[in-house]
Amino acid sequence: MPTTTTDIFTEKIERDLAIEPRDPMPEEYRRHLMRQISQHAHSEVIGMQPEGNWITRAPSLRAKMILLAKIQDEGGHGLYLYSAAETLGISREEMIEQLQTGKARYSSVFNYPALTWADIGAIGWLVDGAAIVNQVMLQRTSYGPYARAMVRICKEESFHQRQGYEIMAKMAAGTPEQHEMAQDALNRWWAPALMMFGPSDAESLHSKAAFQWKIKRESNDALRQKFIDKTVQQTEVIGLKVPDPNLRFNAETGHYETSPLNWDEFHRVINGDGPCNRQRLEHHRKFHEEGRWVREACQC
Amino acid sequence: MTQTNALYHYCLRLGDDAVVLGHRLAEMCSRAPFLEEDLALANIALDYTGRAQLYFEYAAELEGKGRTGDDLVYRRAEREFYSHLLCEQPNTDFAYVIVRQFLFSAFDRFLLDDLCAGKDARLAEIAAKTLKETRYHLAHASDWMVRLGRGTAESNARMQHALDALWPYTGELFEMDDVDLQLLEQGIAADLHTIRSLWQTEVRQTLQRANLKQPPDGYMQTGSRKGIHSEHLGHILAEMQYLVRAYPEASW
Ligand SMILES: [Fe+2]
Ligand SMILES: [Fe+2]
Repeated sequence: MPTTTTDIFTEKIERDLAIEPRDPMPEEYRRHLMRQISQHAHSEVIGMQPEGNWITRAPSLRAKMILLAKIQDEGGHGLYLYSAAETLGISREEMIEQLQTGKARYSSVFNYPALTWADIGAIGWLVDGAAIVNQVMLQRTSYGPYARAMVRICKEESFHQRQGYEIMAKMAAGTPEQHEMAQDALNRWWAPALMMFGPSDAESLHSKAAFQWKIKRESNDALRQKFIDKTVQQTEVIGLKVPDPNLRFNAETGHYETSPLNWDEFHRVINGDGPCNRQRLEHHRKFHEEGRWVREACQC
Repeated sequence: MTQTNALYHYCLRLGDDAVVLGHRLAEMCSRAPFLEEDLALANIALDYTGRAQLYFEYAAELEGKGRTGDDLVYRRAEREFYSHLLCEQPNTDFAYVIVRQFLFSAFDRFLLDDLCAGKDARLAEIAAKTLKETRYHLAHASDWMVRLGRGTAESNARMQHALDALWPYTGELFEMDDVDLQLLEQGIAADLHTIRSLWQTEVRQTLQRANLKQPPDGYMQTGSRKGIHSEHLGHILAEMQYLVRAYPEASW
């Protein structure tokens, strides 16, 4: 029988049982999750901006409704995740404060601009597509509230990916200008989407512990490979080209091989010097500040 | 004017209100005071955009020129839009968003009630479908009117300011022209005189609860029945119609 709190925690992890908010857990486990879940929540919320940038220019009522519903889902994901993080003993106000002061991060992919309508297709297809691969794994993460939030979120994500792919397919098959816009969007979003999985785990400080605690169950590289394999095929189906001259199928491994990614750019962008970092945070601060009088009036 | 033509215009007006107000609400995405309210506003925007689709599809059929509902939204000029001036007023602050919604939904609720009982089956069907969501929009906006009207000194002042600024756009909601009169005779259009007194009672009661002063009925803005708008509409359309106009051959 386990006697110390550490024993109880370790045994639960070993037996693949979910850790619940009232269970004993090591402080580092709690901190790791708090950081990861709040970062995930912020990504959902900041991600509303690049897509929101096109709501008012959506080219049909149907497209506008689909995009509105999609962005609304992302806000909802933010809510589930803020709630999951709150079970670890941090308030939403504190998390927002950490976001706005740069102490907490969000997915670096949202620091790239959504320039044309095809970007709305590329974001849904590639960015949500990459997020799904990661989130499917997280449905089995060891922290109960996080895993349950992921189950709800994954149900909605496949619709997101499909609507994005549908936009891309339609544009790729449209006028020459539309086809060009679609290819251009793919060219710009391909690498940022692949980098969403993060650098190789060998380089990642947090990864080792995350595996031990079963927060994470597959490596960044393995998840990235899964995404590449399914996406390359989807690209060919709609007549677009993967923007990588070194792309080739390895018949022995059954996987696609791709060029190395530019991790210097990744680190530069994540550390603040990307096309939209300042804009995204400024936007968040501005409207949070403008809403202060409302929150004060209703104490909410 | 033939009855079909009158009905076509009537549907355009209803659709234009929905598409323009829906657009303003959609602009609020990622700009609300907190996340839950962001989602609530997106929901209302979705409701309006959805009903715009229903009205424009019907209008396009009535017109019978082979245009689609989307053609009517994305390829029509400023001077052919008939949305009420109230709907296009900008999201100056959250108080404007709420007051605009309250004043309009209070009107919309009685309008749809009336259209539900109208003799045009298709309009009655759309009205019946959307009445429930409109009741929710009104409840949502009324709740905010009271919370903010009775909140802090600042929230009360901001609400009063928005109410004073938007009030001159309410007179237009009850204007009736030939289109209305012709369809009213057929039992299709709503009687805006009756609706006006219902609206006045609804508004008066909520403003009292909200501790807000009802502005006097002075000068009232007008023009939208003839397609004359504030300067704001042109900008809304420039944005909304941009892709369709820039790539007229493309379909999305
Ligand atoms: Fe999401
Ligand atoms: Fe998503």
